[in-house]
Amino acid sequence: MSAATIAALASGHPPAAIAVIRISGPQALASVAALAGAIPPPRRLSLRTLVDPTTGATLDSALVAVFRGPATASGEDLAELHLHGGVAVVSGVLAALTALPGVRLAEPGEFTRRAFANGRMDLAQVEGLADLIAAETASQRQQALALAGGALSRAADAWRSRCIDILSEAEAGLDFAEDEADVAARLNEAARTELLALVADLDELLTDSSRGARIRNGLSIAISGPPNSGKSSLVNVLSNRDAAIVTAIAGTTRDPIEVPLDLGGVAAVLIDTAGLRETDDPIEAEGIRRARARAADADLVLHVVEHLPVILPETGILIVNKVDLLDASASPLPNCFFVSATRGDGIDDLRKWLAKWASETARPGEPALLSHVRHRAAFADAASALTEAAETSDPVLRAEGLRHAARAFGRIAGRVDVDDVLDRIFSRFCIGK
Amino acid sequence: MIAFDVLVVGAGHAGCEAASAAARMGARVGLLTLDANDPGTLSCNPAVGGIGKGHLVCEINAMGGIMGRITDKARIQSRILNRSKGPAVHGPRAQVDRKRYRAATAEILAEHPELKILVGAAQTLMVENGVVVGVETSVGPIRAAAVVLTTGTFLGGVMHQGDQRQSGGRIGAAASSLGDALRALGLPVSRLKTGTPPRLDGRTIDWGKLEWQAGDADRPQFSAANASDTPSLPCAVTRTTQATHRIITDNLRKSALYGGHIASVGPRYCPSIEDKVVRFGDRDGHQIFLEPEGYDDSTIYPNGLSTSLPLDVQEAFIATIPGLERARIIRPGYAIEYDHVDPRALAPTLAVINLPGLFLAGQINGTTGYEEAAAQGLIAGANAAAAALNRPSVTIDRATGYIGVMIDDLTTHGVTEPYRMFTSRAEYRLRLRTDNAAQRLTPTAITHGLVGGADADRFEAARTARSTARTMLDSLSASPKRLAALNIETRQDGVIRSVFQWLRFPVMNRGAALLVWPELQAIPEALFASLSIDACYASYLDRQDEDVANFRRDEALKIFADLDFRRVPGLSHEMAERLARAQPATLGAAGRIAGITPAALVALLPYTRKAA
Repeated sequence: MSAATIAALASGHPPAAIAVIRISGPQALASVAALAGAIPPPRRLSLRTLVDPTTGATLDSALVAVFRGPATASGEDLAELHLHGGVAVVSGVLAALTALPGVRLAEPGEFTRRAFANGRMDLAQVEGLADLIAAETASQRQQALALAGGALSRAADAWRSRCIDILSEAEAGLDFAEDEADVAARLNEAARTELLALVADLDELLTDSSRGARIRNGLSIAISGPPNSGKSSLVNVLSNRDAAIVTAIAGTTRDPIEVPLDLGGVAAVLIDTAGLRETDDPIEAEGIRRARARAADADLVLHVVEHLPVILPETGILIVNKVDLLDASASPLPNCFFVSATRGDGIDDLRKWLAKWASETARPGEPALLSHVRHRAAFADAASALTEAAETSDPVLRAEGLRHAARAFGRIAGRVDVDDVLDRIFSRFCIGK
Repeated sequence: MIAFDVLVVGAGHAGCEAASAAARMGARVGLLTLDANDPGTLSCNPAVGGIGKGHLVCEINAMGGIMGRITDKARIQSRILNRSKGPAVHGPRAQVDRKRYRAATAEILAEHPELKILVGAAQTLMVENGVVVGVETSVGPIRAAAVVLTTGTFLGGVMHQGDQRQSGGRIGAAASSLGDALRALGLPVSRLKTGTPPRLDGRTIDWGKLEWQAGDADRPQFSAANASDTPSLPCAVTRTTQATHRIITDNLRKSALYGGHIASVGPRYCPSIEDKVVRFGDRDGHQIFLEPEGYDDSTIYPNGLSTSLPLDVQEAFIATIPGLERARIIRPGYAIEYDHVDPRALAPTLAVINLPGLFLAGQINGTTGYEEAAAQGLIAGANAAAAALNRPSVTIDRATGYIGVMIDDLTTHGVTEPYRMFTSRAEYRLRLRTDNAAQRLTPTAITHGLVGGADADRFEAARTARSTARTMLDSLSASPKRLAALNIETRQDGVIRSVFQWLRFPVMNRGAALLVWPELQAIPEALFASLSIDACYASYLDRQDEDVANFRRDEALKIFADLDFRRVPGLSHEMAERLARAQPATLGAAGRIAGITPAALVALLPYTRKAA
């Protein structure tokens, strides 16, 4: 039996100190190997660096344990990843896992069901768990409702409804074209155009989903610049605290330092990167490598300099620091601020600009629909099925793609019964002899 | 007193198939009918099969059933519907000669020495200690270890034509009062409605005006048995007109359906002409198929004109249809209301859960159609025999056949209108095809004794041939370059593919394949075609494998038979009510009931056991 390998967050909702992801099924050990490089020794905790196999990006440094079935909680091969409990870490690891072939997110209660099916739990244990899971899904539903005011379910319902509209056209063509000639004629032109429109809309939504993740995880702002240009001082003054160690010694900051920031109600994270310079110190070199990576991923980069450079950076904004040490008052330039991190000159203007940027980027008033990995997975699944449906010329396969997509939306919003499709067919076509 | 292992009440399509299935399994069978001429009567249209329905006939045939063989012997013409669409939705269909159909049915039933046809009317069920032990009939009590009811529209049947109503199961046949007996036994009985068109005298139709529809030249057939080779007859096609619609609209109140005489629900996909005009009156016209009822019969069945209007209105609107201006009505159309049992009261074996010894099949379960009835008859008859002979029960799941889809739909969701098979009801449609029906179902049929002897040997030989052929397709291969050398144009991606992999490409038909690999000549054409379909759908089928595995895993968890859902801890009142109504047999079936949550399924887990 070719059961899928399932993965899910087994601990409480992040952020938390640690987060445990559990993986069960035939690919459990292989998926650990895919992220950690090799299968660690079984039944022992091993410290491993987890790397996303597709992007090569480092995800986290984690404690990993693997257990070979059937003597495991689920009765199958099982693995646990003990991660740092950040939202981005958890969703990153889950995304990397579910991108592996044969691995998907677990449905509610699925670990329990497997444990029971494999004889690993007795009746009383399952009974106890039933209450627990009921409570859990209820609270999850509440949480989801509170989060989006039901907007996600409504959106998924609307998408499902559009799929079923097209599906009912396609199915009518398969089941009833011979009954009544007008079915066939109405069918084909409608289906393909509608499908392409649907795929385009979905793509837009998926693109917007990164905004959703940003609202959840906070906008990231990297501060970069040459050594000792005053980056850490800027972090401290923007966040009103002494998070970064400020010394006059160049190269003081080695690891990127993240400082949470509230920008007019939008969560942001300031990343103080190590001074970017050539160095022989291997530890500092690693800090610099990571800094470049963070800066490359950041939503905004603040380039901190002491003097106006000849070439302005292409992206981000330029902060000319230490104006207190300059004599000339500078002329205004777009996306360029003259500040003194130590005296506070120009900091208010910078703050205002950042708040405006944050609200334009994250649009906090509009709830982002796809902030969760599970939802994004369902929508991405639907999008690829619909693309396939638009491309195929076989009407049966087109219907197959549409059914798949409708089921994916149904996983969020409820369920799809065949009768939904038939109801629509009968309301639109004159069927039957 | 006479005694049987299995007594089948009713000799329609469900009854005949049930009797034959039980007899094939070695049971002594009684088939009770109101009239010795009834077995094999086609009450409605003279055709068998179609889209979805054709799948059912192929599956019945794969399980040793009789409908495919009878149809092949009685055929007037045969076609594959949907031929231009994907092979998963091909629908074999045959027009048949009514008299020949009846004759072939009698002939095939007579092959079973242990099957006795009894003439009489069932009056009530004999129940002892809560178990059905036989039937009281007009010719005395008949005892049986298991009883199969296939009463069609005869259960409390009332026929309507305008404001006239008449009790009966079919024109010229009396209704049965057995419905009251079922109500008294506590079964959930309600009413459904269906209809039939007027029959026309073919000699009064102006055929010269009409378009013809011939059968397919290759004369497809359902069974491997000898089919009739009498010449094909065509059907004709005409359309209703605005004048037709006007007459119907003006007289709508005289219709039994719209005059308030019928309250029960009819099928949306087989609407009366009144329904079509009311709901889709904007259309220029509705297609009408004129189907011959036999070689030596001038009766014409106008498919699409089902009506409950009074005779004078039927005459008036028919005269407005091209070709039918002077057509004479031989027998008027009518609507019929009848009793059916809520099929949620049934197990997947079609046994009544709360009344051991009783099985139901066909329209009594809320379905419509000969093919739907026959498929249920086969399953009910086989399980009645299994119960009587103390053998394992016979069930088919949704991933194995349309028969399984239908029975699961019925027993899980119940019906709100007469249930007809559609391919869109099957979630595993790509694998449930007419070309592989035998592979899917014959092994089960052999295990249970429904197929044996020469048929079983033939199947085993076909199975071996298929796997040998598949091995051949997997082991022979070629590069795109080699294909190009033979003028077969493909993308030059340098990938060497097996024949099976190449068959996915439209350019690789049988002719092209033989050019590259002449040894494929050894694979018969039909087998090659079936394997080509597998190849085309291979990537989709692989993806569905997980779905099927999940489905089977939950189907393997049987819910305790006597479970009181209201006493399951962790189940809300609402969940318990929904479950109690549907009485799901497995955890999988419970999950398919509308509104059941994952948490409810987990709560049910302790009350399941893994089937062997």
